[in-house]
Amino acid sequence: MKYIDEFRNRRLIDKVAGRIRAKADPRRGYNFMEVCGTHTMSIFRFGLRGILPGNINLISGPGCPVCVTPNEFIDKAIALARRKDSIIATFGDMFRVPGSHSSLDKEKARGAAVKMVYSSMDALELAKKNPDKEVIFLGIGFETTAPTVAQSIIAAKKEKLKNYSVLCGHKTMPEALKALTEEPKLNIDGFLLPGHVSAVIGTAPYRFLTKRGKRCVVAGIEPLDILQAILMLLEQKTPKIEIQYTRIITKSGNRLAKNSIDKVFEADDSSWRGIGCIKKSGLKIRKEFGAFDAEARFKPKIAAPKENKACICGEVIKGVKTPPECKLFAKLCTPEHPVGACMVSSEGACAAYYKYRGRI
Amino acid sequence: MDKITLSHGSGGTLMHKLIDSVIMKEFDNNILRQKKDSAILTIGKTRIAFTTDSYVVNPIFFPGGDIGSLAVHGTVNDLSVCGARPAHLSFGLIIEEGLDKSILEKIVRSAAAAAEKAGVSIVTGDTKVVERGSCDKIFINTSGLGEIYYDKLSPDRIKAGDKVIVSGPIGEHAISVLSGREGIEFKTKVKSDSAALNRLIEKVLKASGTSVKFMRDPTRGGVATTLNEITASHKFGIALDEKAVPVSDGVGQACELLGFDPLYLACEGRVIFIAAAKEADKILKIIRKDKNGKRANIIGEITKEEKGKVCLNTAAGGRRLVDMLSGEQLPRIC
Repeated sequence: MKYIDEFRNRRLIDKVAGRIRAKADPRRGYNFMEVCGTHTMSIFRFGLRGILPGNINLISGPGCPVCVTPNEFIDKAIALARRKDSIIATFGDMFRVPGSHSSLDKEKARGAAVKMVYSSMDALELAKKNPDKEVIFLGIGFETTAPTVAQSIIAAKKEKLKNYSVLCGHKTMPEALKALTEEPKLNIDGFLLPGHVSAVIGTAPYRFLTKRGKRCVVAGIEPLDILQAILMLLEQKTPKIEIQYTRIITKSGNRLAKNSIDKVFEADDSSWRGIGCIKKSGLKIRKEFGAFDAEARFKPKIAAPKENKACICGEVIKGVKTPPECKLFAKLCTPEHPVGACMVSSEGACAAYYKYRGRI
Repeated sequence: MDKITLSHGSGGTLMHKLIDSVIMKEFDNNILRQKKDSAILTIGKTRIAFTTDSYVVNPIFFPGGDIGSLAVHGTVNDLSVCGARPAHLSFGLIIEEGLDKSILEKIVRSAAAAAEKAGVSIVTGDTKVVERGSCDKIFINTSGLGEIYYDKLSPDRIKAGDKVIVSGPIGEHAISVLSGREGIEFKTKVKSDSAALNRLIEKVLKASGTSVKFMRDPTRGGVATTLNEITASHKFGIALDEKAVPVSDGVGQACELLGFDPLYLACEGRVIFIAAAKEADKILKIIRKDKNGKRANIIGEITKEEKGKVCLNTAAGGRRLVDMLSGEQLPRIC
């Protein structure tokens, strides 16, 4: 497969791994955070931790959209699912995420209409096919998914659809990284910046990171991408933002995608699971598109959200703790009976640790 | 109140727990407890294998097969991997009112052709029609009987150094079914691998003395789940070589697009053999001569280390655990 086989080439991987070993100073440790959930899965799936020298510590960051979605959002989705005339359309990962008292798959077993879709445009189709139902799409994710959801809202407005709306839980990455660099317990030397978020926003929004002394490389998701990006982090003499993922990323990003986000959404304070509220780190639907804002239209009522106090998802998302440090991990919290979102999402750090058991 | 969710039927950990806690608890007996693909029974002086399976695949027609032929292949294969020669099948239908008669005819014709090809006869059956909405178009249950001709299959015979052989590229059935499913449709050349394997298996068993120690067909949960079922509670592990696992381009591409790991995708016409190392190459040659086994390969071996676990040496040079399927949702694949 073109653009895949080349980046899984064993000879090149061995070569880059050799250069990493030669470059890493054995007298010190390196803490690098892979921000994106897809990076985390790739690192585990290809067993990359075992290839790296022991003094390079990879910390999983807050880039799994499901993991950072707070219980409050899921509780609202469940309240909307319980409405008689609604169909909830969602990405598959959200199905089994536990809210305060239930989850969407449990609601489905009780008779709620919850449909898995692969894109917001499929949700739009669902609305057209079911004119007597309210189709509510659960909009989660970062700058990668936000443009497609924006486009679905623009299309719905153009086509004068009355039964399509979005429960908006979108978040933006740079503000969250800003909050992380202010976390005193976390000592990060460099960031493997997310590939596909950066494809949309470019590299300018990360400039503050270099000012705070952090080395940055925008990395692709294949094994060779990740290893090359780690090598580039090691080779940086002064902190700067470099692009390893040059086949996708440009410094200026994707203007069309950014424009769609700006047209439909505006920045808003947003609550991140375990981290709490981060100023201007989320997106809300602009008033002129209010007819497609499920929250504004249906005003879902929920009780105060509850979290399992023993769950350390928040610390895991911040990279302060690793999943095995959680008392619930692999005991009370498993992929079949997840307590926290990091265990449900296929991109969650807990799911990755559980599935592949870290270094073996 | 606990409810049954789709994950309980995925073939993974949740389903195993449900079977143990609800079904085994009530029906418990020596034969059931062995949890084989078929029950091995002695009637008079004859040892027979007896199995049953229900088919609820959606869509009912998919590239490379349909629910009718699948219902024959699946049951034939469950008998075959127990060392039995499939002979007689039952055919039970649950039909939703409103189904076009021509669709039923097409499905039954396909099942009859599959049975003839596999050399089995359908000797009893049942037909029920339920109200619209009580089932989705058509569900089929088949049971099967066959005489045991090879009784050397036991995980207790497996030892370090034995080879793990798969009879062809994995995951083609799952991808073919998904490509035709409403809401996911995508264009692919992948056809389901659905096929009866009784002849291929008999050729291997007859030519290899007692070298074949165990067989399973990797259906729901795929190769990963099947191998975990084999290692579970045994004193050996399995080390897989990612580069050696046959995956067709179409399946590989679909996996990249949809975020699946081919090791967890269902096959309906593949078998995993565990065989003594010295005979493995010979067995591989025999499989590759069969039209269903052209791309067979040795994908790993039994190890003393990491008892009870399946590990993968990745193409990138790393190493990781391959766990049983847990919670992923690919409902109604067979």
